Amino acid sequence: MPDPLLSVHDFSIVYDVDPPVEAVKNVTLELQRGEILGLAGESGCGKTTLAYGLQRLLRAPAVITSGSVTFHDASGVDIDVNALDIEEMRRFRWDKISMVFQGAMNALNPVTTIGAQLDDVFQVHRPDLNRRERRAACEELLELVAVGRERIRSYPHELSGGMRQRVMIAMALALRPQLMVMDEPTTALDVLVQREILRQISQLRHEFGFSVIFITHDLPLLLEISDRIAVMRNGEIIELAPARELWEQPQHEYTKTLLASFPRLTGERGVLVR
Amino acid sequence: MKIPVRFIASRSAFYLFTAFAAITINFFLPRMMAGDPVTAYMQRNAGQITPEAERSLRILFGLDQDSSVWEQYSDYWQLLFSGDLGRSFSNGLAPVGDVISSALPWTLGLVGIATIVSFVLGTATGALIGWRRGSKADVIVPISTFFSTVPYFWLGLIAIAVFSSTLGWFPASHAYDKGSSPEFTADFIGQVIAHGALPAITIVIASLGGWILGMRNMMLTVLDEDYITVAQAKGMPNRRVLWNYAARNAMLPQLSSFALSIGFIVGGTIVMEMVFSYPGIGKLLLDATTAKDYPLMQGVFLIITMAVLCANILADVAYAILDPRTRQTEA
Repeated sequence: MPDPLLSVHDFSIVYDVDPPVEAVKNVTLELQRGEILGLAGESGCGKTTLAYGLQRLLRAPAVITSGSVTFHDASGVDIDVNALDIEEMRRFRWDKISMVFQGAMNALNPVTTIGAQLDDVFQVHRPDLNRRERRAACEELLELVAVGRERIRSYPHELSGGMRQRVMIAMALALRPQLMVMDEPTTALDVLVQREILRQISQLRHEFGFSVIFITHDLPLLLEISDRIAVMRNGEIIELAPARELWEQPQHEYTKTLLASFPRLTGERGVLVR
Repeated sequence: MKIPVRFIASRSAFYLFTAFAAITINFFLPRMMAGDPVTAYMQRNAGQITPEAERSLRILFGLDQDSSVWEQYSDYWQLLFSGDLGRSFSNGLAPVGDVISSALPWTLGLVGIATIVSFVLGTATGALIGWRRGSKADVIVPISTFFSTVPYFWLGLIAIAVFSSTLGWFPASHAYDKGSSPEFTADFIGQVIAHGALPAITIVIASLGGWILGMRNMMLTVLDEDYITVAQAKGMPNRRVLWNYAARNAMLPQLSSFALSIGFIVGGTIVMEMVFSYPGIGKLLLDATTAKDYPLMQGVFLIITMAVLCANILADVAYAILDPRTRQTEA
């Protein structure tokens, strides 16, 4: 029985420059509770714009021209994201939907400790916690992602890329959101660290039951971790299917091309050679 | 916070060496110039000085003995540590230290306050303009830059012509009313404020543009950083993103310019003190130069050098506190 968490209907985003760029065109998709939805596509196809648009994080000249985003909260209330005012939007962000960004190197503020940056989230969203409770929560988060509580006073430049990305994941977990949007979280990392981070994400997901929208151009990776995969091209979702189905019977030509473009270890062309 | 011993030690060594070099240059500089101070003094007071007076002057300035440069150099250091900077001709042979300490507070007070006000105001304005880029607030940038590019003496003279000669709001010159002497009374402090207002305001107006422009440009760079987007995605209120994330990081380069301008407080205000006949260090240096008063010039140079050094130390400390990356020294 379907239990949707997020419904996106006819969602379009235009970059209002000359000539206007239609970055996202009439996207409709439904995300189930606890699901990992992969969003694949080449660079510039609108994946990130779509993800930012869901939280209204885009700045001018990007304009949301049509569509609705509805968040079906665990409490049973449906939240129309586009109807929230600025203050409600601010409180919605991170509390319901958190994000992990692609550049782990640049996503942390270089001049404050990671502890302070974790603490920030609690200060703003959980003002009734006192200093000691916040500190305990930050330490617990760092333990959770295996960075270790003793790192709480470290600065980002003192950590490796993998550790920084773990800190970002800890930050994204802070308020126990129902949805985590991951925008190429492992792209800047080598394959070993990438593997470790992915294992951690899936383990945390089992523990806390959040849904994930996983954005990447690495289709084989998505085939492995996601429940369903949406393939995007030129701002449109051209194919949306369960991972296995997409792998076994890709419908769209572009999907077939994408799948065929990844080399195998043995040197044959394509993950799928038929 | 861990105390970065290595960092502090290497910086201290650097500053000690710089101070040593500056003081040494300050020693050799007058010796490279033609003539000696007594001859210069004699020329100015031609015919009024008896041979006996000349001899006592020579003894006073240590020109009677044939000591080597190295002896002079070590004497110079000894005198420097005992606080003796020599005597000033143009001020009736008063000790240079006294002459400088009577001028220094005026410059420090007036220009110091004006510089700090300008820095704080300019940086805050720049942060706001950068934050709301493309808004109407952008017109402040060309206007304030215009005032910075206008020659300062012209700005000062116009200010005097309008606000003191025509409107009579402020006194035109000097640090306090003629006939009163420095004392801690409400009346005297009122005079100081009235006399200082116009020079201070003109300094702020003339320097504001640089701070605004620098901060605005830095803000534009910082606002494109990923951690700003992260802060917004984290649901931080805009004010918090603006001040705690964007302005906090954008002001780091401003800080080094601020340190430089603190160093120039002491030496860089000759024009202002000339225009407003303000009795500060700049005017003192100018008077010393026209009077060929070498001991006083040397003293003023020393103070200026030390001021620049101290300002740099302050900036280093502030930078180290605000930017953890600079605390790391190569192992």
